Amino acid sequence: MEANGQSALLDLQRCTVRFGGLTAVSELDMRIGAHDLVGLIGPNGAGKTTVFNIVTGVYKPTTGSITFAGERIAGLRPHRIAHKGIARTFQNIRLFASLSVFDNVRAAFNLRCKHTFVHALLRLPAFYKEEREIDAQVMELLDIFDLGRFRDVPCKSLSYGDQRRLEIVRALATRPKLLLLDEPAAGMNPIEKEGLTKLIRFIKDKFDIAVLLVEHDMKLVMGVCERIYVLDHGTKIAEGDPEAITRNPKVIEAYLGEEPAEAETDA
Amino acid sequence: MNAYLRSKKLWLLAAVVLSAVLSRFSGSINGYYLQVLIFIAINIILAVSLNLINGYTGQFSLGHAGFMAIGAYVSAYLSKDKSAGVLHALGGGEFAIVVVFVGVLIAGGLAAALAGLLVGVPSLRLRGDYLAIVTLGFGEIIRVVIQNTDAVNGASGYSGVPSYTTLFWAYALAALTIYIVVSLIDSTYGRGFLTVRDDEVAAEAMGIDTTRRKVVAFVTGSFFAGLAGGLFAHETTYINPAGFDFQKSIEIVVMVILGGMGNTAGVAFAAVLLTTLGEYLRFVAKYEWLPDWLRRIADNRTIIYALVLIALMLLRPQGLFGGIRAFGGGPARQLPKKA
Repeated sequence: MEANGQSALLDLQRCTVRFGGLTAVSELDMRIGAHDLVGLIGPNGAGKTTVFNIVTGVYKPTTGSITFAGERIAGLRPHRIAHKGIARTFQNIRLFASLSVFDNVRAAFNLRCKHTFVHALLRLPAFYKEEREIDAQVMELLDIFDLGRFRDVPCKSLSYGDQRRLEIVRALATRPKLLLLDEPAAGMNPIEKEGLTKLIRFIKDKFDIAVLLVEHDMKLVMGVCERIYVLDHGTKIAEGDPEAITRNPKVIEAYLGEEPAEAETDA
Repeated sequence: MNAYLRSKKLWLLAAVVLSAVLSRFSGSINGYYLQVLIFIAINIILAVSLNLINGYTGQFSLGHAGFMAIGAYVSAYLSKDKSAGVLHALGGGEFAIVVVFVGVLIAGGLAAALAGLLVGVPSLRLRGDYLAIVTLGFGEIIRVVIQNTDAVNGASGYSGVPSYTTLFWAYALAALTIYIVVSLIDSTYGRGFLTVRDDEVAAEAMGIDTTRRKVVAFVTGSFFAGLAGGLFAHETTYINPAGFDFQKSIEIVVMVILGGMGNTAGVAFAAVLLTTLGEYLRFVAKYEWLPDWLRRIADNRTIIYALVLIALMLLRPQGLFGGIRAFGGGPARQLPKKA
């Protein structure tokens, strides 16, 4: 359901991002509740990825505030934000190329593992115990997504769709409260997209987390999201359920373009 | 596999015991060969520790000789000029020497680690090749500073360092270095170093503090470079700032690349290979039946290292042993394939 009142998990208030003279995102308000499945759409260059980057700490918003689970997170470094409970995937898959499928997910357990440098050197029973626990949890996650049989395979030799799924599994391994998916359908064929729709619903139900989906593919977003934000030129032009968004004239204009005459005067 | 064979501590213990046993026979080894054997162990320490920085964590340090110099000078200065009191208090016997030697080695390592921290914290925050440039400059600065330090006799070199290094200490510490790097990498924590190498942005997004990881790897590597420097100083008993120049740093980098970045066993083997080759070339340079130009090349090791590097990059860019998982060394660095 919609986030209303104080219950919002993620709350962006009047966030603006400027790069020199260019305003990438302007005065954006956005709220995501703890169990929401929200879509963020917009034409190329609308500022969708910039929104992702300010939420995950890659950029700091020029002005405005970002609150996550009651804490201000704007300007924190990305790893601190990951600790707060935000995990993400990347538009162009960013797996750890030299690591196996298993190790890619295991690496995400760095967030919670208690052992550090000294424990790894002393290798006392407690260290082995924790490693066994991590091992079991990684395998459990991999099995949920049917990747367990690829355990020791180098991640780069997985199929494209499997690499996308592995990236999601890796993000889930940090046990996030909010999962950000950056164009997960990019480069997928229609059958894989079908599977992705099911996967996103499954993740939301199984892990009971909030999901923010940035996506180009309108069909996918309309089919899976409960609420959609539409960005154009860094400004929010519409917000609402899929039904309302498809009928919104501003959205249609942004996606299909204006009348040629107007476009020229605009330029 | 048998659980005993997989226990890294047991391997370490076995290696230390073996070093002790071999050390018993060092009296019957020709002095020159003994020194070469010790140099091999020192180079193993240098190469394996640099591999933690350059191979596993994917940073590029060109200043390992500088940290080695710090360790060498600090430990040599302490044991030559400052340890008489301690030696006397402990009775001056075998035990006293061991205590002093271990003490000065650790002090040398810590001094190098501290220098690593000072150099690493500002430069590792940045991405890319900044570290290479900063460490390159740092190595030269250290050399020049030592050249102008009167307490250690400046450019004319520091002599009269007690000859404490034995086959046992050299190989026991080489084994310890390998143990530490291998154990570190073979843990969930240690896999974090590889994620920094593979993709810093993704590693950050997974909650890994990449700057901190880089500093940890760099400082640990520097510590062992300092340790190796201490062993070196107490083996040759004479150290000279010119011995820790850029060429020495390159020599260690070549060992890491030759062995395969991120492959501990390969890198250790490359250290053995290159040290032996370097010594052998001294003989080649004296073979009178060889043409003069060939003897001159053999006399100049830099040319050989450059040729080895070029050949390697063309024929086996992943290193001689790259991609071979041995010793629990973890996955090797993947280089982009030719288009």
